[in-house]
Amino acid sequence: MAEALLSVEQVSRRFGGLLAVDAASLSAPAGRITALIGPNGAGKTTLFAMISGFLKPSAGRIRYDGADVAGEPPHRLARRGIARTFQIVQPFAGISVRDNILVGAYLRHASRADALGVAETVGREVGLGDLLERPAHTLTVAGRKRLELARALATAPKLLLLDEVLAGLNPAEIRDIVPVIRALVARGIAVVMIEHVMQAVMSLSEHVFVLAEGRIIAEGSPAQVVADPGVVEAYLGRGAATKIGTAHVH
Amino acid sequence: MRGLLIAAVVAALAAVPLFVHSNVVFNFLVVTLLIALAGQGWNIIGGYGGQYSFGHAAFFGTGAYATAILQMRYGVNAWVGFIAGIAAGAVVGAIIGGLAFRAGLRSSYFALVTLAFAEVLRILASVTPVAGAGVGILIKLDLRPEAFQFQSRAVFYLVILALVAVSLTITQMLERSRFGAWLIAVRENEDAARALGVNATAVKFGGMVLSAAVTAAAGCFYAQYFLFVDAGIAYGPWISIEALLTPIIGGAGTVFGPLVGALAVKALGEGAKLWTGDVPGLDLMIYGALLVIVIAFAPAGLVGTLVNARQRVARRLRAPRKRTAESVRG
Repeated sequence: MAEALLSVEQVSRRFGGLLAVDAASLSAPAGRITALIGPNGAGKTTLFAMISGFLKPSAGRIRYDGADVAGEPPHRLARRGIARTFQIVQPFAGISVRDNILVGAYLRHASRADALGVAETVGREVGLGDLLERPAHTLTVAGRKRLELARALATAPKLLLLDEVLAGLNPAEIRDIVPVIRALVARGIAVVMIEHVMQAVMSLSEHVFVLAEGRIIAEGSPAQVVADPGVVEAYLGRGAATKIGTAHVH
Repeated sequence: MRGLLIAAVVAALAAVPLFVHSNVVFNFLVVTLLIALAGQGWNIIGGYGGQYSFGHAAFFGTGAYATAILQMRYGVNAWVGFIAGIAAGAVVGAIIGGLAFRAGLRSSYFALVTLAFAEVLRILASVTPVAGAGVGILIKLDLRPEAFQFQSRAVFYLVILALVAVSLTITQMLERSRFGAWLIAVRENEDAARALGVNATAVKFGGMVLSAAVTAAAGCFYAQYFLFVDAGIAYGPWISIEALLTPIIGGAGTVFGPLVGALAVKALGEGAKLWTGDVPGLDLMIYGALLVIVIAFAPAGLVGTLVNARQRVARRLRAPRKRTAESVRG
């Protein structure tokens, strides 16, 4: 495995009496897709929020590009090269698609002309080329997911955190967006994706971390992870793995 | 192209003194542009930044009082006082913005806190001796341009028009700048903006300082034009209301919104007064009715509704062509 761009070390987050993330560790190398999966409420989005600076960890370290960045605010992390998309899409609804992407592009380009150029390129790259003039609130769900991706890409990230970008898309839309993600990785960006669409996880990612009840319970290649009895139990309940096992025998 | 529009509108307004010589008309236009300028200030943080201040009187009043106090108590030149008044307004904006945004106050909480600041300043001004306490400050009549006082109302009109023109240009530049894009992003969705590297607190703070400076300029001009300032005029809720009403009716977050809104509101108010023979409070009733109508039927304001309609038409004009292309292919 290549040198990790991101490594999360024993990170915890407590909300009052609830330990949402419990000493979780994961790492992500550049130029690879790392997947983070787990049942609902496992703490995946909380972990993303800590990596992107929206939540401060209660304990643990987050090393990114050689520095401990735990607790830094989101705008500073964005400048360092960490970009995220939101599980519940957050477009700037009242302005055009182009102006949405432009906000991201302005991070690295102070001049309007340069930033507009970047916005145009990125918009085309994610397949929004024909919709750039449209107000963002007129986009479909698939369009909004693309817009999330485009805005994040316009910041020229080194690490991209994708929070369920495929959820809510139909199979054709997923087929369209998967090559876009692959192209990013080919460019050397480290991608960490939270995903429920297992087919996409299996085909896209090389390394999978499984989070359940705030703890990393398994990691490995997609094939290893789905065969892990602990993972099956986390999704289907205690004893499920043995039941499935015996069912196979009979 | 939009720069040309500003030039054309300002040129048209500047031509008014060539045709009109009535002091009543000039008085009306000066007050309208004064309100437009105060509204232009509000429009920066309220319209573009989405932070609805209910206390822009704090900046208007600080500008007015700083100008008056520096001239009458310290013998400072009126033009210097004018610049100092703008700076003082910006400082008050920095203090209020710094405290409110650092505390993370949003929407109605922000509105209430700004209102409270303006009221505190009003009460302070009404008991502080240097501010004339309950009596207010009269600025000595001195009709010389060096003293920022003019024999002719037409000159006052051209001065306030120049200030409005500068403010239109600032707003236009803001709209096309990185800072403006960040301000709008914060208005539309603060969390999404932060994720894209926008320091939301700093951007709102900057917007507030600029906003306060512009509204303070309106206050400075008020003092020079009416030569009298007291706590109720300078820091009273009336100006906070006018400063947010005109951009909302005209179109918050648009370059021309505050100007169009001020013209519409003032023309309606004065027209109704003429027609009914000055019924007290009628202009306020008209403001209220107009606000209800605009919020119900044109929430983007007069200019905003026009812009949206134009964009819809443009899209519809483009759409049929696509359909023909498809049918040809089919």
